[in-house]
Formats: sequence, structure tokens, C-alpha cells
Amino acid sequence: MKIIVAIKQVPERDAQVRIDAAGKWIEESGLQYALNESDAYALEEALQLKEKHGGEVVVLTAGPERVGPTIREALAKGADRAIHIDCADLGSRDALGVAKLLAAAVKPENPDLILTGLQSDDLGQGQTGVIVAELLGLPHSSLILHVEKTDTGLTVKRELEEGWFQTIELPLPAVLTIQSGGNKLRYATLMGIKRAKTKEVRTVTATELAVDSAPVAILERVVLPQKQKSTQILPGNPKEAAAALVEKLKFEARVL
Amino acid sequence: MSGIWVVVEERDGRVSRNSWEAVAAGQKLAALTGQAANAVVIGAQTEPLAAEVAAKALAKVVRIEHSLLAAYTADGFTLALQQFIEAEKPYYVVFPHTYQVRDYAPKLAARLGQVLIGDVTAFAEGPTFVRQLMQGRLNGSYRHSGNGPCFVSVQAGAFRADEAQAGTAAISTFAPTIDPAQIRTKPSERFRGAAQTVDLGAAQLIVGVGRGIKDPANIPIAQELATALGAELGASRPICDNGWLPMERQIGSSGQTISPKLYLAVGISGAIQHLVGIKGSQCVVAINKDPDAPIFEVADYGIVGDLMEVVPALTEAVKAAKQ
Repeated sequence: MKIIVAIKQVPERDAQVRIDAAGKWIEESGLQYALNESDAYALEEALQLKEKHGGEVVVLTAGPERVGPTIREALAKGADRAIHIDCADLGSRDALGVAKLLAAAVKPENPDLILTGLQSDDLGQGQTGVIVAELLGLPHSSLILHVEKTDTGLTVKRELEEGWFQTIELPLPAVLTIQSGGNKLRYATLMGIKRAKTKEVRTVTATELAVDSAPVAILERVVLPQKQKSTQILPGNPKEAAAALVEKLKFEARVL
Repeated sequence: MSGIWVVVEERDGRVSRNSWEAVAAGQKLAALTGQAANAVVIGAQTEPLAAEVAAKALAKVVRIEHSLLAAYTADGFTLALQQFIEAEKPYYVVFPHTYQVRDYAPKLAARLGQVLIGDVTAFAEGPTFVRQLMQGRLNGSYRHSGNGPCFVSVQAGAFRADEAQAGTAAISTFAPTIDPAQIRTKPSERFRGAAQTVDLGAAQLIVGVGRGIKDPANIPIAQELATALGAELGASRPICDNGWLPMERQIGSSGQTISPKLYLAVGISGAIQHLVGIKGSQCVVAINKDPDAPIFEVADYGIVGDLMEVVPALTEAVKAAKQ
């Protein structure tokens, strides 16, 4: 089975984000980046499917030069090769624009299965995989926790709300967006890190893919959210703050 | 082009709560844009659902009905709505931001050369649409450009279901053309995961544990606080994903929805998916080392500090207060 895993590099979870001078996006200088969490689960699912059924795992990502270490991390965990869509203006493209880039790069590869995380931790739109499926004319299923290959295609476990699930059968080729938590993530081994250095990373530019970039949904302004409540922050050392909190909960909020 | 169309979903044969919120959002958008608000229901037998929706202040309610729409599939719902939208040419299509909508609305929008502006929390003049970025740390204001319909989904709880205004709408039927071969996925009936033995929904005091706990070996610190309070222990998704606490203790959109007197969030940053599940809490306390964590936006009380020091101190203070 030939599997393409679309991954995204996003600001690290604990990164202190600041709005940029234009008020259109975040200040990127000095930020630490990491592999998007649900994409890590998509990669894990791909690696496990390859271990069971053989084949090839190709990682695909779009972004500027800084995505290099994220690609190497995926290769070190066991992906066979990578395709890097070199694209400095990712942030000004909307979900359809990014999906068009990915779909154009996937098409000549003719994979059996395309996996991606269910949403990115920065924009959180959760649309890319679903749109890629539409652009490639493939069936899809989203929020997937478990994948099983059958004689005719796949049987997948889809998460629904409030603790409900559903099983879905679909033919191959197909696109799945993977929910976090379905598998245990592996770490890259020393041997894996060494091997990753010799694996193929093919770079294509957004221009070579000949995809239009005019967005339909335009992010006009980024602002700090307004507080929904006025939070009383209790000062002091841990002991003082804890004592003050218990007082507040007992006599002000009356919930203890 | 004309009108705003709200796509209504059912839950157990009735209009879902999120759908009423979407109806309220559609009516708000109507007031903002001067367009008429309408609604569609989709399925194989939509008469009761349509009747329920038609008791709201909407111009029209359309039943998009076909035997192949009995069970939800992305292919079926996309085809049906695509045909309806091509015939009706609406300015806006408003959805509740449910897992089902997330599964097909981006596909539908892409097929029509559009992009869904998803998980919207507010509208403003323009109109512009506000949605959260960076796990709720920032808000982004979006505008739709071009001539096609604008697709928007609204976050659970962002609009109030009880603000959907009553009225009377005319009901009609739309019959899409769907061939069985066009539906490529085969869904099963939905089922529950492992037996739910912990009912966090009914608990009055809950301590929630998040990523800030760092190591499963630190869970007992939170457990001791819960025990001292007589509270249930819950967790955010990553804690359950890692297997540090069982899935049945997960709070949020994919886990349980809680409405306790007191919710004490320990080391929880406050991602959207978690905050949706705690909206009903009477009093929220956040303990987090990051003063900018989104959890502080919804907290009544907060302590900024290292939970490894604050939580044991709080446990002692609770014990002392109970003596």
C-alpha cells in the first residue's frame, strides 16, 4: 500500500504568540515550531499500516524552508521519502488554496491512501484533508481513530460527539483525517535519525504546481480575545494563594 | 442570489440543540444583512423535523428528501445540498459546527469553488466572521470575497438556542437526484464506546487535569486534591489520549459535557474543544503557569504558578478548611 501523509509544521504548543505589526498574523520571528499533533497520529497510523501490509510511506508538507526539521523528524520515525512544497505565502492562502497545492503534488504519485491529521493546531480549520479528497475525486472519512484494511478497501472507526462512534466502510483509494489518541506515538530511534539523513526529500515550488492562490476566505485581522469573565488572579506564594482561593470559594462563590 | 439558508440537523428525531443555535445565528445574520432567513432539513423522512423548524421566524423551510439520505454520508449530503444551492443561489449558508458538518461542509464548499468559514463565534458588520486561532489564544476576523455563496458554521454555544425567534414558515420539498453508485462510503449505526461508569455530567465538584501535569506519575497530586474536595477527577483529551486517565474521564466535545458548581482546571490551557464541554460550570478556577492561557478567559478565579507547588498547597488548604 502506497500511503501519503500530509503533515504541517505549526508553532510549538507552549510558544508565546504575539500579533504581528500589521495585525494580520502572528510574529513568526523567534517562534519554535513542531509537527502538528494530529498529523503525528496520521503518520503513526501510516507507519503501522506499512508494517502490517508493506508498501511505502511518503510525507508531504507545504511551507517555507523552516519545515526541514519537521520533514526529517517524520523520516526519522520511519517514512520512506518526502515531498516538500516550497511555499513562503502559506498563511495568505485559504483552506482551498492549500488543499489545491497538496492535491496537485499528490496526483502524479497515485497513492492508495492519503492520511492527514484532523486539524492544525494553529488555524484549527480541520478542512484540508476533506477538500483534498474532493479535489482528487476520492471518498473520504474524517475523525478516524482506527483503520483496518479489508479485501475491498478499508473499515474505519470514526469518532462522533459525546462518546459515540461509528464504523465506516470505504473503497480505496481514499482520504482519511486522523483524530489523535488512536495509537501510541513512536519516538525516532538513533538509527532512524541517522537513516533519515540519506532519505529523498523532493522539493517542488508552488509556482511549478501551477495553482492559483487568491483566497475566498480572507483573514483580515488578528486580535486578542476579549475576556468572557473578569478573572480574579490570587497573588502570593502557593500557600497564600491556595488559602485565599479556599476563602473565595467558601464565602464569595459559595461552592464549597 | 438571495437569502440565508440554515442547515438543520436532527438528534434522536428532534432538531438538535446546535441546530437551534444555528437558526438563531441565521436570524442574526438576517438582521445584519437584510437578507431573509430560511432553513433546510435533510433526510429520508423529514416531515416532523420540518414542522418543528417551521415554528420559528423563517421565510421558508425546505425538506431536502431522498431515500438515499436516510443515513448521513458525505457523498449524499454534498450532492443533495449542491443541487439545492445551485437551484436556490443563496448568499449565505449557515451550519452548526458539528462533527457531521466538519465531515462534508468543506467538501461542499470546495465543489462550488468556495471555502467554509468554520467554527465561527461571532458576526460583525461587513459582515465579518470571528473564529478562534492558535487554540483559542487569538481571534481572527474573516471576510468572504467573490460572488458565490458564503458558507459559515457556528461554534456550539456561541449563539443561544433560546434566542431563535418564533414564527411561521412555509414548508416545501426539494427532491435531489442521487444515484446509489455516487455514495461511496457505507456507515454503520452509531455505537457507544466502553460502558460509561463515570457520569461527570452529574458531578457537582470536578477537578480537571491537563497537559501541564507533565507526567502520569504526577496524577496522584490532582487525585489527592479531588479526594480532599470530594470531587470527581476529569481530564482534557491529551491526558486520555496518552492513557494517563481512562477515556471515560475525558471532558470536552468528544468526551463528557459537565455542569458542576465548581470546576477546577489544573494545567489545562483551555483549547476550544475542552471549553465547549465546561460551558455549564457555575464557577471555574484555573491553575496554570501561563498567564496567557485561554482558560483564564473563562475562569472566575485563577492562580498563576507551578501546579506541582500550587495543587498540594491547595489540597492542604481544603483539608484545613474542612476541619
